Amino acid sequence: MSPGVEVCNLFGSPTPELCCILLIFRHMRSVAVIGAGKTPFGIFADRDLRSLAVEAGEKCLRNGNVTPGQIESFYLGNFAGPAFVGQNHLAPYVSTALGIRDVPATRVEAACASSGSAFFHAWAEVASGVYDVVMVVGVEKMTSRTTGQVNQILAEAGDCSGEMLAGNTFASLFAMIARRHMYEFGTKKEHLSSVAVKNHANGALNPDAQMRKVITLEQAMNGKPIADPLNLYDCSLISDGAAAVVLAPYDRAREFTDKPVRILGIAQASDYVALDQKADITTFPAVRRASEKAYAMAGVTPRDIQFAELHDCFTIAEIIACEDLGFAPRGEGGPYAFEGHTARTGERPINTSGGLKSKGHPVGATGVAQICDLVLQIRCQAGERQIPRHSLGLAENLGGSGATCVVSILGEV
Amino acid sequence: MRTGTVYTETVIYSAPEAFAKDVPYQTAIVSLEDGGSATGRVTARIMGDRVAIGDHVVEVEPGEARAPQMAGVPFFRKV
Repeated sequence: MSPGVEVCNLFGSPTPELCCILLIFRHMRSVAVIGAGKTPFGIFADRDLRSLAVEAGEKCLRNGNVTPGQIESFYLGNFAGPAFVGQNHLAPYVSTALGIRDVPATRVEAACASSGSAFFHAWAEVASGVYDVVMVVGVEKMTSRTTGQVNQILAEAGDCSGEMLAGNTFASLFAMIARRHMYEFGTKKEHLSSVAVKNHANGALNPDAQMRKVITLEQAMNGKPIADPLNLYDCSLISDGAAAVVLAPYDRAREFTDKPVRILGIAQASDYVALDQKADITTFPAVRRASEKAYAMAGVTPRDIQFAELHDCFTIAEIIACEDLGFAPRGEGGPYAFEGHTARTGERPINTSGGLKSKGHPVGATGVAQICDLVLQIRCQAGERQIPRHSLGLAENLGGSGATCVVSILGEV
Repeated sequence: MRTGTVYTETVIYSAPEAFAKDVPYQTAIVSLEDGGSATGRVTARIMGDRVAIGDHVVEVEPGEARAPQMAGVPFFRKV
């Protein structure tokens, strides 16, 4: 029996590819998040992109007791700075403002998964031993544009030679996904709306959330129509904001902090950009692939995950994520949410931060913000929204209509 | 003209800037009879013309309804 198969059997993972990943992972260094910080999310007319990124970055450095001179490599997750604020070459534009000089400064773009992907690449750099102390900042400044312009810019994360030419928006792509999910599995409008009600209830307890407003199921079901069957309450927000983390080898983490949070498993996967190229739009293969790898690396199963920050860009996306991550059986994500299993007091709280729906969704900041929210819960620093079982959390960051996905599993062990 | 079955659809009320004047309008992914899928617009001058999942549709020549920026976008009508 090869060593790969032994490792495999240990975790009960069947495929040869997963065996290889496990073998590689065993030779990588364990990586920890040593510092985290973010700005509030909202509409900040008097703030520019760089000042938001710098605020999050400085909070993060302070939180991790790291000086700018200790950063050996810098990643910036950003979706559309050039289109939103007319600025390119954003990584050194931000890093130098933080006092980080000379080191590699790299921007990563992967639609709404931009900073999740930046986080993945920063992890790989530390895990493989290229650098020790690596910073990741995610930022987006969206609210200086009109809603029509924002729709147009976001649409560029879809296939602009096909689906988007027909006049689709991101809301309409997810509306088509919701329609098909309803048709195949009997998912109901109230199932979708219950996700919005839950995330608003959580966001109301988050001082950094953009929309701290409790809503009723009746309100959520009767919002202004955006793209049938989705209404305003099914859609995440247009936001300004930034989030940052610093990574270091776990062995060195305590030089900086007494509360390191370990990255137990992480993977990124990809799929078609255009929705009409997928054989089945009611599932996201990239979420399945990334989570299978992340679970295998962490040596855990979906059942072990105590809480999660999921990419609820639209309510249907959280429902399908629960299925693709193995929290709920296929087709049953709707009732799973509606019955309260994902509530803050449920068996597996999802989006205790308020999610993209209530906390806000500055596109390029979202992936790292999810990591910051896991870190807060794991360190028991989440204030009013702190949950009792908080030692193993998962973040799922989705780009476009599923073409990129990053899944990260963090824990206190 | 191509024919097919509606795989999924939506009616859009909040549009990108370039399509704001068309609101509300319907888009659909159509499973084509000859294989493959296409994302297009549904022609509907009245609400009754809208399509649902499973409806049979045929591609039509949209004439002026197809703005210059929509070159190549198929338009479908319920059979």
